[in-house]
Amino acid sequence: MERKLFLSGNEAVAWGVKLSRPHVIAAYPITPQTVAVERLAEMTRSGELDAEYMHVESEHSALSAMMGASAVGARTFTAASSQGLVYMAECLHYASGGRFPIVMMNANRALALPWSIYGDQRDSLSLLDCGWIQVYAEDAQESLDLVIQAYRIAENLRILTPVMINLDGFVLTHTYEPVFIPTQEHVDAFLPPYKNPYCMDLENPKNLAFSSTPRDNMEFKYQQHRAMLDAKDVIRETDTAFGRHFGRYYGGLVSNYLTDDADCIVITLGSIAGTVRAVVEELREQGVKAGLCRIRCMRPFPDSEIAALARLGRAIGVLEKDISFGFEGAVYTNVNSALMKTNVSMRVLNFIAGLGGRSISPADIRKIFSDLDRACNGGRVQHVQFVNLGAFA
Amino acid sequence: MNTDQSVRIKDLTDDEYFFGHKACGGCGGSLAIRLALKVLGPRSFAVLPAGCMSAVGFVFPQMAFAVNAMISTFPGTASMLSGIAAGAKALGLKEYHAVGFAGDGGTADIGLQALSGAIDRNDRIIYLCYDNEAYMNTGIQKSGLTPFGARTTTTPAEGAGSRTAKKNMFEIVAAHGIPYAATASVGNIPDLLRKVNKAKEVAGTSYIHVFAPCPTGWGYDPADTLEISRKALASGLWYLAEFENGSFYLNHDPGKFISLNDYLSTQGRFNHCDGDVVKTIERERNKKWEKIRREWKMPDEKHFFAKERS
Repeated sequence: MERKLFLSGNEAVAWGVKLSRPHVIAAYPITPQTVAVERLAEMTRSGELDAEYMHVESEHSALSAMMGASAVGARTFTAASSQGLVYMAECLHYASGGRFPIVMMNANRALALPWSIYGDQRDSLSLLDCGWIQVYAEDAQESLDLVIQAYRIAENLRILTPVMINLDGFVLTHTYEPVFIPTQEHVDAFLPPYKNPYCMDLENPKNLAFSSTPRDNMEFKYQQHRAMLDAKDVIRETDTAFGRHFGRYYGGLVSNYLTDDADCIVITLGSIAGTVRAVVEELREQGVKAGLCRIRCMRPFPDSEIAALARLGRAIGVLEKDISFGFEGAVYTNVNSALMKTNVSMRVLNFIAGLGGRSISPADIRKIFSDLDRACNGGRVQHVQFVNLGAFA
Repeated sequence: MNTDQSVRIKDLTDDEYFFGHKACGGCGGSLAIRLALKVLGPRSFAVLPAGCMSAVGFVFPQMAFAVNAMISTFPGTASMLSGIAAGAKALGLKEYHAVGFAGDGGTADIGLQALSGAIDRNDRIIYLCYDNEAYMNTGIQKSGLTPFGARTTTTPAEGAGSRTAKKNMFEIVAAHGIPYAATASVGNIPDLLRKVNKAKEVAGTSYIHVFAPCPTGWGYDPADTLEISRKALASGLWYLAEFENGSFYLNHDPGKFISLNDYLSTQGRFNHCDGDVVKTIERERNKKWEKIRREWKMPDEKHFFAKERS
């Protein structure tokens, strides 16, 4: 029987990992990721999870160790956040280039300086190009479900690409919600044991993680790109299969809410989508045709799903906890690129919010929709705005 | 049963596990790896960080290792090895060795943290450092194991070479309370083989620090690698020792040292050294040996000097 427990996002991830039966877990503690790895340490210590738990001395070593374990055919998990994620940046590129299907949780947290333990998404978004599949959870249930989905996606032999599951620091990692826990048998029926013929093997030794000269290097990179493109279909199929199996379907690469007839659409990532959805409902009651598109997967990028939102006269706002200094938000750049290829002329605005953990209120989101409405009607609105800037502005 | 764990060269397998690589003639590091793998055998997982031996051994599609092998990140030799050991344990693999072959920079500088972590966990891995005393693959830059006075491209002769002495990796590793650590040299192959053979049996982490001259970086004829290694031992600038059960054991005391110039003059990297530099090197050597002779245990039947048979 499926159980229902009251769990934080971190704990939901730990449950998802336990149900996925990893062989090796390595992690280095960093706020706000810690509770996830504490639970996993308890589960391995008590024996309810039969896995090796490695106490590594850094995030770099955590991911390096997971590559070693993955290379011999083990299913692996690690977790990071912020400074720790960028500290392992070398290994992030290495793991994707080596095609190790590692699954990692990242607790989205601001990057120093100034120091901040609170949430924004600059850590993962600054690493969009490290070759990992990047998914963003909205709530604790999706966090658990994404772990199970992530292993099935990563270990697909057409894909063999690591997956980074992002949870907003504190807002999601530390918020308690009721979460359905599927049974082990049910998960086992969905997620087969990890089998990879390209692993190291005592009977048939292999040399992995090698060098390649300019003659071949580009082909390896092309294969990596192709796998990532193929992952789009695999992620959609996996979510559909998950929905059939467990009764929870999230929409594939994006999760749309009332977008079909919307005049103004907010595109965003992660837990803030919950607040946006509430404001959309409120505006709908007032007769405003508002909609929400939550990007679940930033890499591979859902370009066709975003392009499908293009419609003459519509305005789109990209709300993100990120800024690429000297330009605009990275999500905005990606969304614009997908929309531009449709040749539909639209107003697309960028709202930078929540940096360093600043709250994004329903009032902030109402203001975003009102700016979009103004843009829709030909009004002058700044392309890139910082939401709710304080005294220094 | 061979209780002294010595390995006779004539009993070594004819099988080769590291061959067809692009290392320079006379390379001490590649010799150490080739011999170590002959002792460890085909059921080995080898990890090599970015560096000379990975650069010469893994150029797609020409793979030079006949055992399972992979390149790690530069800082990640020990952590990747630990991951292999953890994965192999979780998967129930039996009768295998996880062995790392890292250079001096990959060990004493950028890889020291991960190595420390692995020893702290007492992971069952063998870590072999082939010490050629500088970053050779990148063009002979100073590392933490470059000796005092040596010329490198970042410690030029005009500045009198390296201004710092070698970090003492052997004792840094021992200070962790590691189950087994040893120094070795390609200048004494029976001793090297015995130590690798001993490391095989260790239930936790083992570390072997191999003195491995580099003709390209040191400036000498590739034919002289073994001779120079032997002179380093005879001059007291390198020594053969083991750390086991919390104690240091000296394997051999050369007694009266050969003159330092007899060693230093064989290599271009010391050409610029004047009398003051040599005096400093000599003073430090003497200090070290006084301590060794005072505090370490002297050779016994378990920690003997495996003599070369000519």
